[in-house]
Amino acid sequence: MKILTANRLTDGIAVWYADGGWAETVDHADLAHDKAAEDRLEAIGAKAYADNEVVDVNLIDADVVNGVVEPVRLREKIRAAGPTIREDLGKQAARAA
Amino acid sequence: MYRYDEFDHDFVQARVAEFSDQVERRLSGEITEEQFRPLRLMNGVYLQLHAYMLRIAVPYGTLNAAQLRMLGHIARKYDKGYGHFTTRQNIQFNWPALSDIPAILADLASVEMHAIQTSGNCIRNVTADHFAGAAADEVADPRPYAEILRQWSSVHPEFSFLPRKFKIAVTGAERDRAAIQTHDIGLHLKKNAAGELGFAVYVGGGQGRTPMVARKIRDFLPEADLLSYCTAILRVYNLYGRRDNKYKARIKILVHETGVEEITRQVEAEWQELKDAELKLPDADIRAIDAYFAPPALVARPEGDAGIKLARLDSKSFSDWLDQNVVTHRHPDYAAVTISLKGIGEVPGDASDSQMEAVADIAEKYAFDELRVSHEQNLILPHVARADLKAVYDALVDIGLATANSNLISDIIACPGLDYCALATARSIPIAQEISLRFASLERQREIGELKLKISGCINACGHHHVGHIGILGVEKKGTELYQVTLGGSADENTSVGEIIGRGFSSEEITDAIEQIVDTYLGLRLNPSERFIDAYRRVGPAPFKEALYAGETKAA
Repeated sequence: MKILTANRLTDGIAVWYADGGWAETVDHADLAHDKAAEDRLEAIGAKAYADNEVVDVNLIDADVVNGVVEPVRLREKIRAAGPTIREDLGKQAARAA
Repeated sequence: MYRYDEFDHDFVQARVAEFSDQVERRLSGEITEEQFRPLRLMNGVYLQLHAYMLRIAVPYGTLNAAQLRMLGHIARKYDKGYGHFTTRQNIQFNWPALSDIPAILADLASVEMHAIQTSGNCIRNVTADHFAGAAADEVADPRPYAEILRQWSSVHPEFSFLPRKFKIAVTGAERDRAAIQTHDIGLHLKKNAAGELGFAVYVGGGQGRTPMVARKIRDFLPEADLLSYCTAILRVYNLYGRRDNKYKARIKILVHETGVEEITRQVEAEWQELKDAELKLPDADIRAIDAYFAPPALVARPEGDAGIKLARLDSKSFSDWLDQNVVTHRHPDYAAVTISLKGIGEVPGDASDSQMEAVADIAEKYAFDELRVSHEQNLILPHVARADLKAVYDALVDIGLATANSNLISDIIACPGLDYCALATARSIPIAQEISLRFASLERQREIGELKLKISGCINACGHHHVGHIGILGVEKKGTELYQVTLGGSADENTSVGEIIGRGFSSEEITDAIEQIVDTYLGLRLNPSERFIDAYRRVGPAPFKEALYAGETKAA
C-alpha cells in the first residue's frame, strides 16, 4: 500500500494527503491499494506541487497497524513521529500532550 | 575579532533584502521550487525530514557574546529552543518556517552574521584551529588569513559554481587541531628559516564515500601569495574537476586521478601567471586584518594558581574538569577552556537557548567577549584568567555544561543522522548517546585516555567517521540500521583514514562491540600513555578482529 507525503511550502512541516487535504499526521492518510489509486495520489501530489502548496512530494510504502496508517521505512516512521531522541518534538509531542 | 566595515554591512543587508524578496516571491507562487532551490541553498536553507533547516556561518568558529546571545534568541523565537553546532564550526536550526527566515537573517545581520555560502558548490565557511590566538604552540593566529580567504571567496564570481563544494581549513600550529589534511585545501601557517610567515599547502583531502588524505603540494608559500595560489588551485579544479558525476566531482578525485606531481605542475604554472598581479597581498592589508584579531589586553593575574590549588583540594569535580577541559594558554596566567556540548547521554553539539545566553554572559564576564565553536562540536572560551577558572566552572555547572570529557571517548562527533537529515541512512545520535552512557564513568574514560570516536549516519561522512580513532558508519541494510566500524583514523598532523574492521553490527550490538574494542586496547597497550591510535598503529587490526569476530569464525 502507498500513501502520499510531502513538506508544506510555508513552514516545511511534514504532511500526508488525507480526506481531500494535507494532514499534519500520518494516521489517516489516504491509502492506495492498486496502481490506479497510486496514479490518482501521484496526480494530486503533482498538482499540489505545481500549485506551490507543498514540496518534496513522494509516494511511500505504508501499512495499517491497529487501525492507523504507519509508514514502512524507518526514515518515514521518523518523519511521521519526530526525532527518536527528542520525544518532545515533532508529531509525537502533540500526541503525548 | 573582525568587525564589519561599511562594505560588509551593505553587502549583508543587500543579501537579506534580496533573499527576503525571493522568499516572498516563492511563497506567493511567483517562482517555482526548481527556481527557488538553488537560491535558498545559497542562503543556507535546506529541506530536511521534519522541516526546513537553516545553517548559519560562524566564520572560522569565532563568535562574540552578542552573537551567541542572538543565536539563543533565534532558537527561542523562531525555532524549538535549541541549536546544533556542526563540524564546520557553524550552527544549524532544525525547525524554522520558510516564512520566518527573512526575519531571522535580519536579526543575524544586526550582529554581523549571515548564512551565505553555507551550502552550494562554492567555497564554504573557512575553518581554523579553535584555540587560534590563544594556543601556546601557535606560530601565528591563522584567523586573519581565514578572514582574507572569506572576503576573497564571498560571492566570488568565478568560484560560485564549482564542480562541487569546496572546503578550506587553516592552522597556525604544528599540532593540527583543524583537521587540515581532510580538506580540499589545508593551510599550515608556519615560519621559514628567515622567520617569514607562509604556508605549507595541502590539496585534495576529503571524506565522503571516497576518503582521501590531502597531499602537500608546496612546503612554503609566502603569506603575500595566499590568494594568488588559492586562485590557481581553484582555477585548475574549476577547469578540470569532473562535472559528469557528483560522486567524483571533489578536487580529491582530480588530484587522485591526475596525480599529485601533475596537479602541482598545473597549479604552479597557473600561479606563475597570477603571482605578481593584483592578487598579491600588500603587507599593509594583511597587517590591517591582523589588527582586528589582536589579542585582548591580558593583564598579569598571577594569583590564579594559588586559588586553583585550594579549589582543587575542595572539589574533585573541579579538579577533573581542570585536567580535562582546560589547556595551556600562551600567557602563563591564562587558560583556554573547552565547554563540552557532550554531556553524558546528551545530543552531541546541541545547546539550548538559555545555555547559549548563559555562555554568552560567561564570555562577557570572564573571557574578553570571545568564544569559539570547535569542529569537534564544543564551545571554547579562548582566554580565561586562571584566577577566574573556578568562577567559570561554577557558572558552567549551573547550566549543565561542565562535563569533564574533552578528548575522551564520550566527546563524540556525531552528525544529525536519520533523526533529522534527509540524506541519512541510519541514526547517529542515539548510538552516540548509548556509547556515552556506557562509558559514563569519568574514571574509566580517563583510564582509556584520548580516544576520538566519530559517528556518521551515511556515507557522506558529516560525522567524520573516516578519521575517528574509532569510526562508526550507519547504513541501511535490508530495511534496518547497520553500523560499520573503522579503526585507526585520525585527523591531526598525522592524518589517516580508518580501516573497516569487518562485518557491521546492529544497533543493539554496536555499543558492546565498541566496548570490546576498547577492552582489547586496554589489554594490549604497552602502558597507560600509549594512546588508542598509537596502539592501533603498532599492532594493526588483527587483535581487534580476533576479539570481535573469532567466535563467529570458529562457529562457522
